[in-house]
Amino acid sequence: MSKYKMHVLVCGGTGCLSSNSSQIVDNIKKYLKENGMENDVQVLKTGCFGFCEKGPIVKILPDNTFYVQVKPEDAEIIVKEHLVKGRKVERLLYKEPLTNKSIEDSKHMDFYKKQMRVALRNCGFIDPDNIDEYIARDGYQALGKALTEMTPETVIEEVKKSGLRGRGGGGFPTGLKWEFAHKNKADQKYVVCNADEGDPGAFMDRSILEGDPHSVVEAMAICGYAIGANKGLVYIRAEYPLAIQRLRNAIKSAREYGLLGKDILGTGFDFDIEIKYGAGAFVCGEETALIHSMEGGRGEPTTKPPFPAESGFWGKPTNVNNVETFANIPVILLKGADWFSSIGTEKSKGTKVFALAGKINNVGLIEVPMGTTLREVIFDIGGGIKNGKKFKAVQTGGPSGGCLTEKDLDTPIDFDNLLAKGSMMGSGGMIVMDEDDCMPSVAKFYLEFTEDESCGKCTPCRVGTKRLSEILTKITEGKGTMEDLQTLKTLSQTIKDTALCGLGQTAPNPVLSTIETFWDEYVAHVKEHRCPAGQCTALLQYKILEEKCIGCTACSRVCPVGAISGKVKSTHVIDQDKCIKCGACYDKCKFSAIVRQ
Amino acid sequence: MANCVSCTNKLSEQGFQKLEQFIDELDEKNGALISVLHKAQEIFGYLPREVQQFVAKKLEIPVSKVYGVVSFYSFFTMIPKGEHPISVCMGTACYVRGAEKVLNEFKRELNIDIGETTKDGKFSLDALRCVGACGLAPVVLIGEKVYGRVTPDQVKSILKEFE
Repeated sequence: MSKYKMHVLVCGGTGCLSSNSSQIVDNIKKYLKENGMENDVQVLKTGCFGFCEKGPIVKILPDNTFYVQVKPEDAEIIVKEHLVKGRKVERLLYKEPLTNKSIEDSKHMDFYKKQMRVALRNCGFIDPDNIDEYIARDGYQALGKALTEMTPETVIEEVKKSGLRGRGGGGFPTGLKWEFAHKNKADQKYVVCNADEGDPGAFMDRSILEGDPHSVVEAMAICGYAIGANKGLVYIRAEYPLAIQRLRNAIKSAREYGLLGKDILGTGFDFDIEIKYGAGAFVCGEETALIHSMEGGRGEPTTKPPFPAESGFWGKPTNVNNVETFANIPVILLKGADWFSSIGTEKSKGTKVFALAGKINNVGLIEVPMGTTLREVIFDIGGGIKNGKKFKAVQTGGPSGGCLTEKDLDTPIDFDNLLAKGSMMGSGGMIVMDEDDCMPSVAKFYLEFTEDESCGKCTPCRVGTKRLSEILTKITEGKGTMEDLQTLKTLSQTIKDTALCGLGQTAPNPVLSTIETFWDEYVAHVKEHRCPAGQCTALLQYKILEEKCIGCTACSRVCPVGAISGKVKSTHVIDQDKCIKCGACYDKCKFSAIVRQ
Repeated sequence: MANCVSCTNKLSEQGFQKLEQFIDELDEKNGALISVLHKAQEIFGYLPREVQQFVAKKLEIPVSKVYGVVSFYSFFTMIPKGEHPISVCMGTACYVRGAEKVLNEFKRELNIDIGETTKDGKFSLDALRCVGACGLAPVVLIGEKVYGRVTPDQVKSILKEFE
């Protein structure tokens, strides 16, 4: 990289690519050429920077200038002003929402200040399709160290000592898992990477695979050495075409460099990786279900024991870890277990990646030390709630998790604290909700999801989630009874106690974690047939206030069903029989003349 | 992967030949069902009964097993997709930013439900689970094209682009 004077890093994550970041790369290259600078400036398409809210992102090194919401046509001014004349393009700089001050470089952005990037260390820094760049940032050194200086036992010992726990949801100690698989003797063992990210609203695994695929390849080889496996499998969602392509590329170049395949680094250790495709089933995130799916069947879970470490893929000892878990491994071996365990809380070591989304100013992917509080994540890093609304709840752990509220904001985030609060870490999705979100509807949203994703094998989950979602639908339509609320609670508890796998056991969490905290809101739906958040369309009525309506016709033009009538400059009226309660008029009216009751 | 090569609802002889070749070239037939189905859907665009029967025969497994797998996974479809498949992201991030209203608007405009295709075969509608572009929520995909921050009143004009 040294021969270039400057580097332009353009985000090539899925979010930014959707906003045409490839065209930005092409345009910048074009203008560099026009100015005869193509040998002085390197343009790279990297993995995700995490700051998806303001994508596409363009970062310029060495001065760390951070341009946001860049359009392809902005390439010209970036090249001519910044790269040629050294003058920053003011209008593309990020402005801190509270002070409206332009921030010149990423180091001074609140979004990055409290972050600590371990698993995401290379995302947004390197070209994921170039193995040399990964190697330049100490890539494959951990594998070399393991193979030449360590025994499988010492590798496992180091991972155990680090305190690393599985990042996919359960939080099981990774080192212990490796030890079980290591101790089971067999002619064939497997290392599996679970990249079946099914939690809606979580995209960290995809970002790691898109931004730094080699870290996973390297870690899988290390794991293979530790447990005595020479075959690795990555189970990935077919819906992630870019991640698949980059992973394939990574495997191919690792083979060419002799870092995968036979006799790796001349040590006699063989290891290779194959990709298996998922086909869209949330339950396949559960390791036994995942294994059945890899064998080509329905992804239904089976009872444990036997654990995959005893009898997994084709009945052989198999170690399954999540993408983010693997991404931590090379760093642990290089910097040492003591370094890793110095980060985090007593029982949750290291960092955690969260996908921050919903009603928050800075949507994106962040990584913070375990023990960071929700308040720091939501208000310091996340920049607070969108449009100055009031914070209501944050949902963590996806469909298996629960909602945390105002009173939990100062809780340090770790595996055990979240569990104690009735939620869970899950894969790290964090959806922020504001005063306009209706909690029974949110619970219903999640239950519809699990109802749909339940594999149908065990009755508590198959039938129970359906009943829960039916009752919640009743409530959101204003037809619920007080008895229904009681049933929700008892049924939830029963499902929790009796379902076969993690999916079913955690499915009622969205109900249980909202029904206590937001009891009044549930009761308002039942007793008063009222939705305090104004979300449940069946319980709503839109009306135009005569004294405020100026007759601008904006509402009648936006109404999709022609339910609003009225002449220009005179009061408009909504025909309640025609109104489908979509709320388009409410959003459109600039004079607060439309009310929702 | 998502390339819908033949969405015209025709099961060409050529397609079957291509699929047969893919299956014959497999190193190991055991456990290959899902990858074969991925290939089949890539070729035909969907997995009707004839294709499932063909796969079962070639892999020497019961059709019931093939059907069991096809119906289990949401990625596999037994109904041909429209010429312009519409996917509305219903991940949580999109949901809290109003994806449901957008989805309802598509349903109303096209007069079809989720998983259906319009009579003229032009559009099909699906709810999708998180495309990972949560910064653009709510997100709608039409074919390969991504629409971000979609509001219900944009639906009509978006559909017009495809007329």
